[in-house]
Amino acid sequence: MDNNGSMDGIRNIEVREITDCIARLCVEANESLPEDVRRALDRYRDMEREDLPRGILEKIIENYHIADDEHVPICQDTGMAVIFLEIGQDVHLTGGDLHDAVNEGVRRGYVDGYLRKSVVADPIRRGNTGDNTPAMVTTEIVPGDHVRITVAPKGFGSENMSAIRMLKPSQGLEGVKDFIIDAVRAAGPNPCPPMIVGVGMGGTFDKAALLAKKALLRPVDSSNPDPYYAELEKELLERINELDIGPQGLGGVTTALGLNVETLPTHIAGLPVAVNISCHVTRHGTEVI
Amino acid sequence: MKRYVTLPLTEEMAREMRAGDEVYLTGCVYTSRDAGHKRMCEALARGEELPFDPMDAVIYYVGPSPAKPGRVIGSAGPTTSGRMDAYAPTMMSVGARGMIGKGARSAEVIEAMKKYGGVYFGAIGGAGALLARCIKSAELIAYEDLQSEALRKLYVEDFPVTVIIDSLGNNLYERHKA
Repeated sequence: MDNNGSMDGIRNIEVREITDCIARLCVEANESLPEDVRRALDRYRDMEREDLPRGILEKIIENYHIADDEHVPICQDTGMAVIFLEIGQDVHLTGGDLHDAVNEGVRRGYVDGYLRKSVVADPIRRGNTGDNTPAMVTTEIVPGDHVRITVAPKGFGSENMSAIRMLKPSQGLEGVKDFIIDAVRAAGPNPCPPMIVGVGMGGTFDKAALLAKKALLRPVDSSNPDPYYAELEKELLERINELDIGPQGLGGVTTALGLNVETLPTHIAGLPVAVNISCHVTRHGTEVI
Repeated sequence: MKRYVTLPLTEEMAREMRAGDEVYLTGCVYTSRDAGHKRMCEALARGEELPFDPMDAVIYYVGPSPAKPGRVIGSAGPTTSGRMDAYAPTMMSVGARGMIGKGARSAEVIEAMKKYGGVYFGAIGGAGALLARCIKSAELIAYEDLQSEALRKLYVEDFPVTVIIDSLGNNLYERHKA
């Protein structure tokens, strides 16, 4: 045994460290827009030639600067707390229940951080839980002895415009493209464009949706490492920005700031495609313990 | 055109506005979204009065984040209006005149706007920190248990909106279909 109380290379981590980290990330993510989204907004503002869309993008940029300076949320919809935990297989979590610790972090972040509590306890019977819990948590076991925590608050104006479809393999690439473009067209002015589009393809019904959510975590100006999908991302983004939905749906070349595709192997009979729509306030923060 | 408007919003004022007008609102607006609208429409169905006088009122579809100490309100940008489509014609039937939100409206809402003389304004979605600067006071008036969805009376100054749909049914989102 080492002085950490560990044995055989196992690292003990107290769950209250995870609580503290999540509380901090909930506030930071809601008040500070990621650098990649800032860069994309600057780039597209310079590309807009018309006064109206350009003016809207300037206001959106001014808005996140105000959030920085005054430590207030970028958007009043401070989201459901979507949380990814990558837990090293050599980690031993001590001092309490992991999920309780995660929800305590969300509770503290949202209550003490003056964030909006947007969670109802039941889909039909509603009833605000009062502290934005429970979080929507995905845990993965990975190699190593660290815990990587990502908090991605997700607003529902855009979440509501998301779509999933089980395509036939015969529909192939063209079917996929049409479905994605149609989902963005149908979203129109509702999800606070400019949007960010996360696409998940393959796997099962549930995994496609999860991939689409994860695609939103990748920087908007990054590309899929597979050149085939990098090219698809580029083509789809160009086509989306030709739809002339534009900032706030009032026309322009900036309908989406980015589109990321993530894929998984799938079944011989299947071609699941999920489109998770996000807004220009696509937030996430990560820390490693 | 650019219009500086002092509220309340009369039918005459509303009917003069056209899709595309840039409008700066000064005066009192009432906040309500999903749960508040449901409750108000249920109250009307029972023949009860609303917590505020709806005549010539402007309703802002917003659920603000909580005010930090020393502040009037938290961030306060518009929510997606389509979820209030089920309630908006009823609200207009008792006099509500203007709606502030973002996103598309149903054919039924647009018909009600033509009939009663209503106007649908869009504010910049996701610009809640910026828009909050135009809100000078906020008072909780009803349904406190709904928290961010409670009814609030806001006093706004030069609150920037665009007329998306006017009382003739002109729709800025469908400008290419004309």
